[in-house]
Amino acid sequence: MADTDMATDFTGDHGPKPKKSISGRNIMLYGTLIVFAIYYLLPLYVMVVTSLKGMPEIRLGNIFAPPVEITFQPWVKAWSEACTGLNCDGLSRGFFNSVKILIPSVAISIVIASINGYALANWRFKGADVFFTILIFGAFIPYQVMIYPIVIILREMGLYGSIWGLVMVHTIFGMPILTLLFRNYFTSLPQELFKAARVDGAGFWGVFFKIMVPMSLPIFVVAMILQVTGIWNDFLFGVIYTKPASYPMTVQLNNIVNSVQGVKEYNVNMAATILTGLVPLVIYFVSGKLFVRGIAAGAVKG
Amino acid sequence: MDTYKRPSQLFRNMSAKIASIPMVMTALVIFVGCTVWTITYSFTGSRLLPKLKWVGMKQYDRLFDTNRWVISIDNIIIYGICSLILSLTIGFILAALLDRKIRFENTFRSIFLYPFALSFIVTGLVWQWILNPQFGIQHVVREAGFLSFSFAPLQSNEYVIFGVLIAGIWQGSGLIMALMLAGLRGIDEDIWKATRIDGIPLWKTYIVVIIPMMRPVFVTALVLIASGIVRVYDLIVAQTNGGPGISSEVPAKYVYDKMFLSQNLGQGFAASTVMLLTVLVILIPWAYLEFGGRKQNG
Repeated sequence: MADTDMATDFTGDHGPKPKKSISGRNIMLYGTLIVFAIYYLLPLYVMVVTSLKGMPEIRLGNIFAPPVEITFQPWVKAWSEACTGLNCDGLSRGFFNSVKILIPSVAISIVIASINGYALANWRFKGADVFFTILIFGAFIPYQVMIYPIVIILREMGLYGSIWGLVMVHTIFGMPILTLLFRNYFTSLPQELFKAARVDGAGFWGVFFKIMVPMSLPIFVVAMILQVTGIWNDFLFGVIYTKPASYPMTVQLNNIVNSVQGVKEYNVNMAATILTGLVPLVIYFVSGKLFVRGIAAGAVKG
Repeated sequence: MDTYKRPSQLFRNMSAKIASIPMVMTALVIFVGCTVWTITYSFTGSRLLPKLKWVGMKQYDRLFDTNRWVISIDNIIIYGICSLILSLTIGFILAALLDRKIRFENTFRSIFLYPFALSFIVTGLVWQWILNPQFGIQHVVREAGFLSFSFAPLQSNEYVIFGVLIAGIWQGSGLIMALMLAGLRGIDEDIWKATRIDGIPLWKTYIVVIIPMMRPVFVTALVLIASGIVRVYDLIVAQTNGGPGISSEVPAKYVYDKMFLSQNLGQGFAASTVMLLTVLVILIPWAYLEFGGRKQNG
């Protein structure tokens, strides 16, 4: 996009006069952008700065000042010593719980949703669209309406309070958006490929594994980004469907920071907050445009 | 042959049907089944355990007599309206600015969008810290010499919801910016040229030509924001936990607290049913417009 813009600039078929870099309009434009950029960057900056200060410095100084004496003690404490209730092994427990929840949830939800999307795109059977419509509508139903009956279902299955119960819940609630994503992608692939594979005698699974999956790796990456950030950031399901020992990181973070006992250690709290935000942040900055595509996929209705 | 043909109709496409079982089960058991279950039990006097002891509309009467619920509704309305207006405005302005062929576009875009990758818990906790009256913005401004400066929304019964709003906008407006930018990029270069030749001022071009052309993007953004608003829960839990007192309570938190903390299932069911109704009131006209419009086109 940027390249084409540059090219048209050079040919000069629009933009009446050569650009002056400092004009009133440009000052307004960049000024506004920079003001907004400060608003968006401020919390990240404050988090980092606070987490590197000692408590005495925080009490005396101001939150925007860079640390005079840099200390990593708050990070160590947040990771391995901070207390929630009786447990004092820090956020590390929550981190590993989140990883244990994340991996199967992402894998299972993507496998199921990609097959659903494939069936809807290429093997539409009678009534399939009805279920799909319900599924898409379901994405808008407030979770609160469904959470309690799901508790009962999980309890009957013996999964309530376990990580696998939560995996199932994530699979269920990730299904509408992921199915939509895959269905739209598979529909956009040339039908000739599908027909050719069928003529060659490939069946439902044959076409899926030999043609569809290899051709759709980008969309699998998009789905992964979507699910990893979504599941990592989840709080509601974590707090409802797991026990304190297997609470995901977000729930544990909230318990550490908002615990009413003891003296508040703001530097430890901020270190813990960054630690929890780190996984999605890394994914965001590494994945770049694919992340935008993932979130836009949710918005573009097929 | 006859006996062979009949089952073949049912078993045709068998693999696809088997593969769709998870989807069918989710749609029927969870989305339809669980919703109907909750609505049904909202008419019962269930407390600790769900029981089919009918009490008619009593739960709803009690719900709207509860101060906390009324405050929750007020809060979500204020939060919702402000958040809609601000997200759409900020999102559009940022997208329009980024679309002006500027330098460092990618950097700015990354900065505006990164909060969206963070959870509401992280968002709430950071802003709780920045808005902390003892150490945060208020303290810094007072230290700079403005001793009477007061900015402590999270400690004020009246303004707490606006403190939450600052955080909510910070987290979510980048998404709207991204959607709007995609919409702006889809607008034909010729339209810009035409308005330039006609000498229409830039601001007028946006309002009269561009925004009407971006109607579908606005509608999508609207639906996204609206469905997010009804769900506001984590942000409140992290930033204020409903406080001070009950001034920043929201419906989703009421439901959770009634179901899982105060063993008053009936109230939780009734409250969540009201939430569902609210969503349907938004969703049905939208779906009607969306699909009705499509039929006309096709």
